[in-house]
Amino acid sequence: MSNNVNTAVEEVQEIHMHRDDFGSKMGMWLFLFTEVLLFGGLFILYAAYRYIYPEAFVVASGELDVFMGGINTVILLTSSLTVVLGIVALQKGNKKLCLSFLWITVFCGIVFLVNKYFEWGAKFHHGIYPKGPALQDMSEGEVMYFGLYYVMTGLHGLHIIVGLAFIGFVMWQIKRNILTADNFQRLENAGLYWHLVDIIWIFLFPLFYLIH
Amino acid sequence: MDTNNHHDEHNDGHIAEAHHPSYGVNILVWIGLLSLTAVTVAVAGINLGSLALTVALIIATVKSLFVVNFFMHVKFDNKVVKIFIGVCMLIFVIVLILTFFDLTFRF
Repeated sequence: MSNNVNTAVEEVQEIHMHRDDFGSKMGMWLFLFTEVLLFGGLFILYAAYRYIYPEAFVVASGELDVFMGGINTVILLTSSLTVVLGIVALQKGNKKLCLSFLWITVFCGIVFLVNKYFEWGAKFHHGIYPKGPALQDMSEGEVMYFGLYYVMTGLHGLHIIVGLAFIGFVMWQIKRNILTADNFQRLENAGLYWHLVDIIWIFLFPLFYLIH
Repeated sequence: MDTNNHHDEHNDGHIAEAHHPSYGVNILVWIGLLSLTAVTVAVAGINLGSLALTVALIIATVKSLFVVNFFMHVKFDNKVVKIFIGVCMLIFVIVLILTFFDLTFRF
């Protein structure tokens, strides 16, 4: 009888202890593929309109600040590095260092968004917004360029915000010792999401800023 | 399903610790990524004409491969992840090509 109870208790504990890191990782990757196809659709749209209006895209891209875009690229690459370093730190059992690295990532993400705010603000100031005075004087191709610019960088910015929330949540769990040196798949998943957002920017930067 | 097999291979599903974590490699990759960013900005300044887009896309792809393999740990990952990524990219490229079939024959 007591034997039975013991095995039952063990079973319950086993259920509670059971973790499937591999399944968790696969789930994250499947989700990332839907993200790739979401942005992929927009990249295909970009390719089609750039093919139709090659000159207009060159003219319109002159409005963007290459320096600002470059700085944001460096910021995102650095934020990706600190996520990976955070994972390494947690794997080595250094919780404090891990959280410090993740704070740098959060800081970089916020600076990226602030830069974007100023970039978009400058464009609004120049009358480039839907029905804006400058946009109404532009050719069809330039209007398409700015439409794609706002949608793609906007959706990307939204992903930065979601990524920051995800990393913030994971940081809280690390702080509470819910995630530890031998249980960090959720941090890894947050990292995967953040790196995907980084990769999307790696393509957005040359496609929108570096056309001459 | 071959759950037993999976358990053997992946240490009861806890596969994340499969490779040895190290700071150095990741910092090197980051330096590489920053260098490639500088290269892509510099190359954009040169007038390469129709080649400019190709060069920019090649550099962006190389950067992405670094991020995927090292930052996303795919280099050390299970084969299944690599196949998944390959299939996903293949679907993207097929749709891209089909779109351009439409574009080039319509205009």
